[in-house]
Amino acid sequence: MGTGNGPAAGASWSFIDGGTLRQLGIASAFLGVVLLVVPSTLGSDWVTTLTSVAIYSVVAAGLGILYGRVGMISLGQIALLAIGTWVATRLSYATALPFPVLLLVTGAITCVVGVLIGLPALRLSGLYLALITLMAAGAVTIVFKAIDFPNGGGGFTGRTALVDLSGLEPVRRPALALGDTAYYRYAVIVSALMFLLALAHTASKPGRAWASIRESEPAALAAGVNVTVYKMWAFALASFMTGVAGCLLAAQIGQPTATSIQTQDSITLLATVMIGGIYSLWGAVVAGAFFQLVPFIFQAQWGISPNFLLIIFGVGLLQVLLTAPGGLVQQLPKDLANLGRLVVKGVRKVAGGGKRST
Amino acid sequence: MIEVKSLTVRFAGVTPIDEMSVVFPGGTCGLIGPNGAGKTTFFNVLSGFVRPAAGSISAFGENLLRMADYRRARWGLRRTFQTEMAIEKLSVYDNVAMIHEHSGAKRASRRADVLGAIDFVGLEAPPKAKVGGLGARERRLVEVARAVVGSPRVVLLDEPAAGLPDEQTFQLGQMIQKIPEQFGALVILVDHDMSLVSACCETTAVLDFGKLIASGPTVEVLRNEHVIRAYLGTEEVL
Repeated sequence: MGTGNGPAAGASWSFIDGGTLRQLGIASAFLGVVLLVVPSTLGSDWVTTLTSVAIYSVVAAGLGILYGRVGMISLGQIALLAIGTWVATRLSYATALPFPVLLLVTGAITCVVGVLIGLPALRLSGLYLALITLMAAGAVTIVFKAIDFPNGGGGFTGRTALVDLSGLEPVRRPALALGDTAYYRYAVIVSALMFLLALAHTASKPGRAWASIRESEPAALAAGVNVTVYKMWAFALASFMTGVAGCLLAAQIGQPTATSIQTQDSITLLATVMIGGIYSLWGAVVAGAFFQLVPFIFQAQWGISPNFLLIIFGVGLLQVLLTAPGGLVQQLPKDLANLGRLVVKGVRKVAGGGKRST
Repeated sequence: MIEVKSLTVRFAGVTPIDEMSVVFPGGTCGLIGPNGAGKTTFFNVLSGFVRPAAGSISAFGENLLRMADYRRARWGLRRTFQTEMAIEKLSVYDNVAMIHEHSGAKRASRRADVLGAIDFVGLEAPPKAKVGGLGARERRLVEVARAVVGSPRVVLLDEPAAGLPDEQTFQLGQMIQKIPEQFGALVILVDHDMSLVSACCETTAVLDFGKLIASGPTVEVLRNEHVIRAYLGTEEVL
């Protein structure tokens, strides 16, 4: 490319081109609609559900980093979410930390737990890693069944033996977002910040190192990537994000219990993340919607048992694995473009046919 | 200069490298031998993926075997693999830049160095093009660009011309020949294509069943009767 290289490449220093700007525009417009239009047009049950969508999309984004970026399958993400929720609940009763600090501290503690679980798992990959994380999730479930969630009592577990819990305070919400609609907006903004954090990683040095590990570990080592450190980094980031989501969830539920979060849902989460698109943060949003919004629509709106969803997820997963490895977020625009082309073609044909007949 | 002394590698019952002693003086050095001769195993020892049972490797006066695998890139070791390993999901620029990021080279010079390496290999595709959309030859060029960026000291090329047609192999050879002068690195080239090795390499070493059977100036090595018998089979290969 010789001399042509200089000025042309100089104009696109960090490759902020039309595509990036369009993405930015779409993201801002999406956020605008979600923050402003949605709460004023939809009912309160929708707003609560969409809060959960925002929270679970952060969990999905964490899994997307682990599997989509680094190639590590973790089936323990919902268990980590449960840990985050537990920690946030305990801290909320034990301390008077302001909510944003509570978010960060919960994220940090969950991050440490996630790294500890990930530590022995770093030497494993593929199916073995999936199995280890699934077993860790099982262990977490058992522990939470035994100690249950804090309800304002003392000691490590923070439980009281009170039978009547009606007088208990729920996990506190931020002072400026006490109502459901305000809390919905708060959760969306925090989730957006978590997405930005993820983006800051995937678009820079760690993201490139992760991509090289995903391609081939020997090649990454030969490129000077400390594979162990970068894998741990991915675990830490995903766990931090999941912990923050857990804190949001605790304040949303108010009084979480061991049955609030089903750790075996990690498998469903993986399925929805793959259907949404494992390589893209948009895929995580779609996954959050599949995970929380679609069951709500099925059950509350249409009166269909959400168990049918498992079948739909299964079919969706098959479809993704067989035909669209990029997930819905990659497939849908392509399909829409094809549809558009077909329509244009059809219209032209009809118009052309019309001319010939006259 | 890389000095290999009595290097031995053993896998359960097999000895892919057996008491190999050889000196790679500098410039572009060839390493040839039939399939299973131990060429890639030797590269894997240099990369730190395989721990030798005995022997030593001194590269520019430093004991390479004592360095952790991922640290060798920072020291200046670069390599390509037989199967092409450019990262599909990243752009050409990011593919090369990520090597620079871990090479210890200065951040301020990253852009110039990366574009310089892409320019050196003569890649026509724009730097922001995703590698996943490139053809076989272009991907090979991206790999070579990755191998020469960020002040390399030793560049290991494992069959860089595999699967390329003759004319492209010739062009690749011309480019490989320029690496030592342009980047000040020692190049070791493993390839089955004898025309490529004899065109590029001033010196060549020959492995057969893990043993070094000849080394020296390429022209002499390729006339060596042991080499002809062990590897070439016939004298009319060239």
